[in-house]
Amino acid sequence: MLIRKHPSVLVFLALLAVFTLAVTLMSEAYGSGVVPTSTVKTLGKTLCLALAAVAMDLVWGYAGILSLGHMAFFALGGYMIGMWLMYARTGEIVAATLASSPVPPTAEELRQGITGQIFGVVGSTDLPLTWSIAGSLPMQLLLVLAVPGLLAFLFGWLAFRSRVNGVYLSILTQAMTLALSLWLFQNDNGFRGNNGLSGLQNIPGLSHVPQSVISIWFLWASALLLAGGYLLATWLTAGKFGSVIRAIRDDETRVRFLGYPVEGYKLTVFTISAMICAAAGALYYPQAGIINPAELAPIASVYLAVWVAIGGRGRLYGAVIGAVVVSLLSSWFTGGRAPALDLGFYRIDWVNWWQVLLGLGFVAVTLFAPRGLSSLVDALAGLRPPRRRGADLGPDAGALREKEAEA
Amino acid sequence: MRHLLLSLLMLLAAPACAQDLAQVLDANRAQIEQPSRQTIAPVIEALAAAGPQAGAVLEAWADRRLGLADGRFVIVQGDEAVDAVTGAAVRGEVRVLRPNSGVRGIIGAALVQFQLSDPDPSRRAAALDAIARRSDETHLAALRAAGNDPDPALAVRKARLERLLTIRFDPDPQARVDAIEAFSGDTGADLQAVLNPLLATTRIAAPTIPGQANVAAELIPGDDIPQDEAYRLLVEAGLAPARLAPDAQKQALSAHIVEGTVGGVPVAELSDPARRDTAYDALAEVGLVPPAATAAEAEAALSGHRFADIYAEPNAQITDAARRALNAMALRQGAQQTADLALDALSLASIYFLAAIGLAITFGVMGVINMAHGEFIMMGAYTGYVVQTLIAGRTLSLIVALPAAFIVTFLAGVVLYRLVIRHLVKRPLETLLATFGLSIALQQIAKNIFGTQARPLTAPAWLEGSVGFGEIVSISTIRVAIFVLALMFLGLFLWIMNRTRLGLEVRAVTQNPGMAASMGINPDRIAMLTFGLGSGIAGIAGVAIGLFAKVTSELGSDYIVQSFMTVVVGGVGNIWGTLAGAALIGGLQKGIEVINPANTLAAQTWMILLIIIFIQFRPRGIMPTRGRAAEA
Amino acid sequence: MPAALKGKQKMRARTILCGAGLTLALSGAACAQEDTIRIGVLHSLSGTMAISETTLKDTVLMLVDQQNAKGGVLGRKIEAVVVDPASDWPLFAEKARELISVQGVDAIFGCWTSVSRKSVLPVVEELNGLLFYPVQYEGEESSRNVIYTGAAPNQQAIPAVDYMMNELGVESWALLGTDYVYPRTTNTILEAYLKGKGVGQADIFVNYTPFGHSDWSKIVADVAALGKEGKKVGVVSTINGDANVGFYKELGAAGISADDIPVMAFSVGEEELSGLDTANLVGHLAAWNYFQTAESPANETFVAEWTARMGEDRVTNDPMEATMLGFNLWVQAVEKAGSTETDAVLAAIGGLEVPNLTGGTARVLPNHHLTKPVLIGEIREDGQFDIVSQTEPVAGDAWTDHLPESAVLDADWPGKDCGMWNTQTNSCVQRQSNY
Repeated sequence: MLIRKHPSVLVFLALLAVFTLAVTLMSEAYGSGVVPTSTVKTLGKTLCLALAAVAMDLVWGYAGILSLGHMAFFALGGYMIGMWLMYARTGEIVAATLASSPVPPTAEELRQGITGQIFGVVGSTDLPLTWSIAGSLPMQLLLVLAVPGLLAFLFGWLAFRSRVNGVYLSILTQAMTLALSLWLFQNDNGFRGNNGLSGLQNIPGLSHVPQSVISIWFLWASALLLAGGYLLATWLTAGKFGSVIRAIRDDETRVRFLGYPVEGYKLTVFTISAMICAAAGALYYPQAGIINPAELAPIASVYLAVWVAIGGRGRLYGAVIGAVVVSLLSSWFTGGRAPALDLGFYRIDWVNWWQVLLGLGFVAVTLFAPRGLSSLVDALAGLRPPRRRGADLGPDAGALREKEAEA
Repeated sequence: MRHLLLSLLMLLAAPACAQDLAQVLDANRAQIEQPSRQTIAPVIEALAAAGPQAGAVLEAWADRRLGLADGRFVIVQGDEAVDAVTGAAVRGEVRVLRPNSGVRGIIGAALVQFQLSDPDPSRRAAALDAIARRSDETHLAALRAAGNDPDPALAVRKARLERLLTIRFDPDPQARVDAIEAFSGDTGADLQAVLNPLLATTRIAAPTIPGQANVAAELIPGDDIPQDEAYRLLVEAGLAPARLAPDAQKQALSAHIVEGTVGGVPVAELSDPARRDTAYDALAEVGLVPPAATAAEAEAALSGHRFADIYAEPNAQITDAARRALNAMALRQGAQQTADLALDALSLASIYFLAAIGLAITFGVMGVINMAHGEFIMMGAYTGYVVQTLIAGRTLSLIVALPAAFIVTFLAGVVLYRLVIRHLVKRPLETLLATFGLSIALQQIAKNIFGTQARPLTAPAWLEGSVGFGEIVSISTIRVAIFVLALMFLGLFLWIMNRTRLGLEVRAVTQNPGMAASMGINPDRIAMLTFGLGSGIAGIAGVAIGLFAKVTSELGSDYIVQSFMTVVVGGVGNIWGTLAGAALIGGLQKGIEVINPANTLAAQTWMILLIIIFIQFRPRGIMPTRGRAAEA
Repeated sequence: MPAALKGKQKMRARTILCGAGLTLALSGAACAQEDTIRIGVLHSLSGTMAISETTLKDTVLMLVDQQNAKGGVLGRKIEAVVVDPASDWPLFAEKARELISVQGVDAIFGCWTSVSRKSVLPVVEELNGLLFYPVQYEGEESSRNVIYTGAAPNQQAIPAVDYMMNELGVESWALLGTDYVYPRTTNTILEAYLKGKGVGQADIFVNYTPFGHSDWSKIVADVAALGKEGKKVGVVSTINGDANVGFYKELGAAGISADDIPVMAFSVGEEELSGLDTANLVGHLAAWNYFQTAESPANETFVAEWTARMGEDRVTNDPMEATMLGFNLWVQAVEKAGSTETDAVLAAIGGLEVPNLTGGTARVLPNHHLTKPVLIGEIREDGQFDIVSQTEPVAGDAWTDHLPESAVLDADWPGKDCGMWNTQTNSCVQRQSNY
């Protein structure tokens, strides 16, 4: 039903499957080894970022809430899973060390040992309260969704209830992620301050499995999660719920007058989107290997918005395209492998000029191609906005509702 | 040159001493070349005693003008060098000695006797400085011997120092008490620095408190000090056995494993702390390990001893006087600290206000979100830096830099408006993103041009230093200047908006662009000028911020979130709101910093959190725009 | 992974890269020189850390050019692969993996912040790479695959505090730092050390500020207020980067001179001072293992080469010397081993000595740290330092003796093949590093 109504979903899922299979067959672990492990990790991470972009598109492209703090949820998910990864891995090491003593260790000694290993580096000797269930994978997995979900719910409830919207909301979300990142930066708060949680790529209990294999497993998991998230987002935006949130985006007051509980809709979509983001983050950081408060810096969230805008908002595949293209390009340009451009009088080293290109490119996209890269897809598919012969689009000239409605 | 003459005169006057000086210098050559504060004092004493011209040598040594040439000590005077002993001119390579500041302090203290009665007031002042930094008993005598200073300001300082030294060194307790009481009403830091050490205490544990001790307070375990702390004192004093640490217990247990059991407890069960205790007690009963102190024994030890803080100063009269004086100070000092804090908060508020005022114009008046606002601030700061590299005089360069920064950022703002913002009117969220893209690009361009190092932007001399009111309340001059600048801009803004044609047109366009256009106003031009004005002010703010902080490519992004919050908290479209917002944010931040002085980061975190909560209750800011314009 | 297999993979990766490169019409030169020795340069060229790290990238490139002019290593030219981790910590891990497994570099020179090193650690340990880390750091670490050419706390912080205590007579301490792991750990060690020396808790004031902090008036006032206790106050500053500018400006504005309250900085060098008007800072102190003003022929040559390459106004600093030491040690070790394989180089590098720029030699210790002299400098008007104290080379201690839990630890790679050896239980706590 969903797929018949939205053939693009099938195309997307097929492409994703083909991509995953292709990478697997070319990987060092299960195939020819053409694609090195570092690239597999980059691709896996990119899939997670794409999912975060889908979540962002859900709130911004569909519900019109420009959240400039979505990476806070992404990183929180990473922190929650990171706590378990670190605790369990350190636990293995400590248990092995203590086993050499003739007297078996008490539970307290084990905890002390783990605390010393994790927090010794930041000069603390007590296990913070927040880590009391870090040893349990199911609990931390629950927290991956619960903590960011709750934060989004509380924040959204407060903000939407008092009708904070538009630019105000954007700045408020930015302040939220800044506050959270500053809070995590403090060593005293039990998240290891600027050092963050590290060594996350070493999965507890899997120390005998090489990274080349683990990276492929994570690629599969990321692809599966992206597929699931994409389906969920499509389902949400396709039905009546989707119509209402798009209506809220286009004219909130009118929807409210029609009797819809606008705040409830916004809160729902905001919370769900935060949870999708968090899940993506929980898969991203074990591949990245380290998470620290810099990941929550306001700029990271703005980049997320940039990806969605470049890809084309109001279209889920647009978000995916944006995230994939921009983050891979970014990785290529900063990798030092992009050839320098010699202008004769000046040599453009992309390492130095990539940011400039990205920034200006972004301005250009906003100005000239508000629908982003996905307009290319539309052109291929023969989708064209109706000719209006200069007629007004509606009450607000800034709205792109008609162009976006087809997705 | 005068020093040279002086030393020559002294040389002629006392040839016998020259011999002494040469001997002392030679005997302590190695020490003088590589002096260490801990061992140099006798050498300096010997030098100081080696006759009057030794003063010149010591002075040169402290000023890093004493050097070695061909194994002889020489004093360097500009480009020339003379022998330290004979005063003869010396040619050749001079290696200047570089005593560290600790050694220089001792030399300064030794020089006091030479300088205190010197005809040159600046050297007498130097002597007083030296005493203020580092004093001993001899200085009290020297000060009293030196008599009144002809310079009134120095005389006051001298008298004050004499009284301070009296408190510390006078042998007569009554004189010390009198001196303390003579200071009543004074809150000087130097006075506190003298009084506080008098009240230094040590914490003791003993069966009885010694009778002659000057007791500050007796402590009761559990009330005044924690039980554990008290027991630790007992253990340290050797009055009670140490408690059994878990590690020691574990080691004792592992040393007595017999066939897989310890004291009858199987090793596998020792992962349970209770079982460990059982095993240890079993071992103790057999006598294999010393018995651990029980809770009851510890309790008895605590109640059997007394704990107290004892003053190092034996005379109770003096400690009482000192405590009274400090208590009397506390209230005034508290008031002064509050005033100082208020000044700090005001200064921070004016900085935020200055950073946000341009934004208040572009965002508040035009509704345009300019995320590149921070980069305009940065551009202004770099303009200031470039001007300063081109124009040598700091005052002149500052005078040039301010309008230059305005012009540069004004033009940048106009260009940005024409090229980007004009096409995104009514799409505020997209304006936000486009200007953000621009801010990324501008930051990187600044890095590529100016490099990543922080660039110096130095204030002219008259903006250095600080303005003080009393001992505690003080603020750096540059911050005062920023405050004044912020006030000026507030005035300028009000004048432009309320008294000029441009302001009238801006207000008209803000209220109803369609109607304004039909009245012959070109809304596009007005918007462009307004945007340019806002950007230009950001540029000037950049120069000001660069002067007191630093000039880097990230200068702007450090302020952007705070600037936005200032505007939003204050209420969009109202300059008084922006002012209130800046005051609230600055005040909050400083207020929280006082609560937790060790962690500035926490203050920022809580400040942002409080603002988020504040906006929930006043979503339109402190001073919301009312009426129909609010809905536009 | 067997070494032979790893080599084969490296080759394959290289071929792919060249293939991809050619289709993009890249310069074929890199592919043609199959027998160059590649080293990786992993320093941020953008983002917040670019301010410090770019200089080190230039240093490595200069050293590579010099070595190539001398004929390279083992008869082969050295090729430096520069990547930009953009001050983004996860990116450090990603780029390190790429450098080792895709670019096939034999050694990496890189990282500045501790968090970037912690990010790279698991990767170099997993892939058996070799990292030369050139910055002073907080210690409490020794990895098999890292050579720490910067100072451990006992080679900078402890001697500096000793100097302040003995030479300046400081009795009351303000430990000011930027809120991240190096200041935190250093201050923890210093607190323990000072308390061991009989300094009371009341005489230690600790404050942490965020990166790039600029509002210093309150903190400077707090520090000045410490003087009310009648004890000589000294500041130990682990304030990082840009934030120093505002701090010293505020200190100057408050009229606090080095004679009143001396400031000993661990992160302020020639490079940082070049962004400052130093008039107010004269007499304040810094502790490093190298100053540009060090008087030795080797240093004169080094400074001359650097200014000739980068411009007259550029200065040299301590991490640059550490980078140079690391590079020279690597060259020597490769020559000695006759191979660039990590294991062979690591086996060869133990005990090697290279001349440092302050006149002595730096020796590689079993714990992968170096012996370094400790220099204390007073800031001069021209932004350079007067060296007022210089010690004999001090052996770097990976695990500090001043914290009880690490006092029992020791690192000895050639002997015990362990970086975290518990001397009480005589066992290896763990072979992998603690990240």
